[in-house]
Amino acid sequence: MLFYLTVILLCQLIGEALVTLFDFPVPGPVIGMAIMFFGLLIKGSVPDGLSSVGDTLLSHMSLLFIPAGVGIMVNAELIQREIVPITVSLVISTFLCIAVTGLLMSWLTRNKSIGGHKE
Amino acid sequence: MQSLTTLWEHLSESPLLYLTLTLIAYQIGLYLYQKSGKKPLVNPVLIAIILLVILLLVTGTPYERYFEGASFLHFLLGPATVALAIPLYRQFEKVRKSALAISISLLTGSAVSAVSSVLIAWALGGSEQSFLSLAPKSVTTPVSMGITEALGGVPSLTAVLVIITGILGASLGPTVLNIVRVKSWAARGLAIGTAAHGLGTARKLQVNEEAGAFSGLAMGLNALATAILLPLVWYWIF
Repeated sequence: MLFYLTVILLCQLIGEALVTLFDFPVPGPVIGMAIMFFGLLIKGSVPDGLSSVGDTLLSHMSLLFIPAGVGIMVNAELIQREIVPITVSLVISTFLCIAVTGLLMSWLTRNKSIGGHKE
Repeated sequence: MQSLTTLWEHLSESPLLYLTLTLIAYQIGLYLYQKSGKKPLVNPVLIAIILLVILLLVTGTPYERYFEGASFLHFLLGPATVALAIPLYRQFEKVRKSALAISISLLTGSAVSAVSSVLIAWALGGSEQSFLSLAPKSVTTPVSMGITEALGGVPSLTAVLVIITGILGASLGPTVLNIVRVKSWAARGLAIGTAAHGLGTARKLQVNEEAGAFSGLAMGLNALATAILLPLVWYWIF
């Protein structure tokens, strides 16, 4: 457990270091994800310990967004002032992005038999 | 006996108080979500945020102080992002088979998100500050804040818009996909991850691992694409 937590943090640390050194426009953790991914490719399987640490982190990932989200109280004034443009823009562009990406992807992969489901 | 105010003052000096309050608020959110029969709009994260904002306003606690206390949770976003490599690896065969389709769909979706959000906000009379902060709203927080800062928007506003976008995409995105009849897990995951980053991915992982893997991949790739392309497009137009 502790070993794999160390591995995850190490990937992130290397990611952060590379980002700073080479001025990448991407955050350290995304590079860390790439490093861990290539590590897994080389290893050829996911160790059990890593699975359990990873699943713990991922199963409540949405909890981790709360501290930043509470920051809405600092920006309440600006949001209130432009509530209509901000809300309309946010809702329409998010739904548009989901519909376009989903339709394009399913159209481009239509010949491959990928199981279909509704939620 | 000490007065309640002194007690609060004392407790709020360590991260314990704000960590605990954040977890409690989230548990209440989860409880209400289950109770409602998992209605998308009864979103646990949204409920937790509302409860915490009310609490901070009532107690007169500045946001900075809360954030300092709860920053451990915020920090864990980093390791969680690294851990997304695991579902991605497990689904690698499927991802590899559709690499070209993924690239095309993702770049198109990413452009649609940024361009439409700026155009709509601009057409409705939004200020430059607000549409600069809206443009990277589909990208995971640390990257989008960096992009906004570079363009001259308000990073803390972006963080909030990113999270609202995430909640919206995670909760109502599946309904949008049902309406346009997108059925495959790969396409559903990719769409949600492109539009609603980590919050969308967290939700997808709970529904189906394949959808979660595509979502996590889309989140990472969209961060990369937007971080590189948005500033270029912006300076090219203006």
